Amino acid sequence: MGGILLTGGGVLTPAGEVRTDVLIEGGRVTAVGPRPEMTERTLADRTVIDVSGLVVGPGFVDLHAHLREPGQEWKEDITSGSRAAAAGGFTAVVAMPNTDPPTDAGHLARYVSDRGRQVGLVDVIPAGCITMGMEGLRLSHLDDLFAAGVRLFTDDGVTVADSGLLRRAMEYLQSRGGVIAQHAEDPGLGRGGHMHEGRVSSLLGMGGIPTQAETVIVARDLAVAELTGAAYHVQHVSCAGTLDLIESARRRGVNVTAEVTPHHLWFSDQQVLSMDPVAKMYPPLRTPADIEALLDGLRDGVIDAVATDHAPHAAHEKDVPFEEAPKGVTGLETAFSAVRTVLDPNPRLLFERMSVTPATIASLEGHGNWIEPGIPANLVVVDWHEQWTPETFLSKSANSLFAGVPLVGRVRFTFREGRLTHDSARLDVPAPSPGAGGLR
Amino acid sequence: MGAGGTELNFLTTEDLTRNDLEEILDLADEFTRVLSRPIPKVPALQGKLVANLFFESSTRTRLSFERAARALSADVMSFSASGSSLSKGESLKDTALTIEAMGADLMVVRHRATGAPWRIAGWTGCQVINAGDGAHQHPTQAMLDALTLRRRFGDLDGLRVAIVGDIRHSRVARSNVFALTTLGARVVLVAPRTLQPVNCEGWPVETTDDFDAVVGSVDATYLLRIQTERGGASVFPSLPEYVSRYGMTRDRFARLPDDTVVLHPGPMNRGVEIDDVVAGHPRALILDQVTNGVAVRMAILFRLLGGK
Repeated sequence: MGGILLTGGGVLTPAGEVRTDVLIEGGRVTAVGPRPEMTERTLADRTVIDVSGLVVGPGFVDLHAHLREPGQEWKEDITSGSRAAAAGGFTAVVAMPNTDPPTDAGHLARYVSDRGRQVGLVDVIPAGCITMGMEGLRLSHLDDLFAAGVRLFTDDGVTVADSGLLRRAMEYLQSRGGVIAQHAEDPGLGRGGHMHEGRVSSLLGMGGIPTQAETVIVARDLAVAELTGAAYHVQHVSCAGTLDLIESARRRGVNVTAEVTPHHLWFSDQQVLSMDPVAKMYPPLRTPADIEALLDGLRDGVIDAVATDHAPHAAHEKDVPFEEAPKGVTGLETAFSAVRTVLDPNPRLLFERMSVTPATIASLEGHGNWIEPGIPANLVVVDWHEQWTPETFLSKSANSLFAGVPLVGRVRFTFREGRLTHDSARLDVPAPSPGAGGLR
Repeated sequence: MGAGGTELNFLTTEDLTRNDLEEILDLADEFTRVLSRPIPKVPALQGKLVANLFFESSTRTRLSFERAARALSADVMSFSASGSSLSKGESLKDTALTIEAMGADLMVVRHRATGAPWRIAGWTGCQVINAGDGAHQHPTQAMLDALTLRRRFGDLDGLRVAIVGDIRHSRVARSNVFALTTLGARVVLVAPRTLQPVNCEGWPVETTDDFDAVVGSVDATYLLRIQTERGGASVFPSLPEYVSRYGMTRDRFARLPDDTVVLHPGPMNRGVEIDDVVAGHPRALILDQVTNGVAVRMAILFRLLGGK
């Protein structure tokens, strides 16, 4: 028998938020309704968790994380990355393929998903390279990757610069239902750049990356997507100009989706004035006007999803001058709270952008479902109002822009297929299991 | 840099007040007198250890700091990137901590990366002077330029200074923009669009790509070195074209007002940004700048290390 009963939470059902109870059995949600309806079945051997005052929704889905395994395990591995993801309320994470070796063939993708299953805290969904070795020269083993479960293809970290090659990848995957995701950064316009090109870069004498490095690539890609009919996904949108392009392409019927990171929603290039390399990532932090546009875009649906671009780097790698530092910030553990704080959305909107829509984009049927009987119990319970300040992290790396930043809203519990994978009151307990703390 | 004697570091001209700048220049005037004595040396910094950390090649700035530190009786260690443990893969942080562990009181840092002196100041307990970071700041250069102009004109108030050349990639230009304008000068940046900084609307300067339009109305022209080793290929069409529009040719020099002076931070490319004859003209203050560099660096070292 067994099972877990979540009582008294605000449950995000297909019909909206309802204050009710959720019964989890055998890895699935088996009943949603007030406790009286459940008393016909004995509560004796159930674990009951009082979640009154909290919000129960579908587990978050991250379309963009660098888990660094295989090849760069000193930064992160699938174990530490999965723990960080579960702590952030994620039940599925799409792992970027810029590992060493890059995920450009099926067996490499299977390694990543198998490791994820072994750890068992989140579904680790491999993304595959578009080109062999991410070198931009010839197509990767697209069929082989697809057969291994890859649905999202990207050379993230670099742009597929060759338009002809991009077209062939789009044509090839269009009929199979794969998505081409692009890190949009024109190599020529971005050359020598370390940060947003603007007043701050001029003051610091640092090479800049203009927003046009992103928009010229997105504009081209949208034209090729229109030509091929392929599904195209813009990774980590950083500027207002890209939103205009997406909107106008959508009006023409182009199949385009887009993601934004919490750090691009929060921080501007002013952050670089400190010359602390934690503020270094590509695309770079833009201007306050871009932040406003991104927030509006996320609210209005021009941007479909929040993705973390969780990019861990060891402390010693970031302990160098800005221009010599590797690019990237972590984000799995702070994404929900950051978006909750800066966007101040209603719960339904937040869960659409962080769970329902990203699950659709990544073709993950078991995730991103509003709570109703029958769905796999991939759930998160959040405190919508708890104030906290991130200071330590479960990720192996701590290159977070949100360290020390007061946030509102916190992940309380995460469940993957009915198993408790995170309990914010018991952070010291590795890989908690049902029946562990926070229960009564 | 705050009130006299309390400074930790000397990293940028951006946040210096007019009073800060004038105090340094006044002190430099005093050290100029010291340097003209038969024995040009004072015991002010006896027992202090100054470490020159030059991660990018430099002759004049490093030697100038060595001269300045020794004239104040400090001990000096100099380090240049070639032949160092950096070639063995040691990080900047470890190098800085190693030098600190040897007992350095102050580090003079030049590095190709923006912010490197700030990083070192954060990692170590040493005081730091920025001797040039990336294309960002080179504040002691701006101080010696200000001293040179003040000596010549008595005062920088209202002085019209044209800075000509690769502004975009110049730490000398950035430091001078803030130092000279804080001292009351009016600065115009002269460069083709490809060498002007983008988005510099907030800077207290004018910009133009037409040198000839301003050449008749400036009190000083400050010529920046064109990096011929970069070929110039991607930032202007050719060196001869650059020279014809932005070089201080004999013809252009002849069109300057009679008392207008010419400065250059060195090393010069004779025949490129500055004509050979102009470089040797009495109104070219290039060697005065070098001489003043020692006095200014003495002043800055003394302010940071003196009286402790």
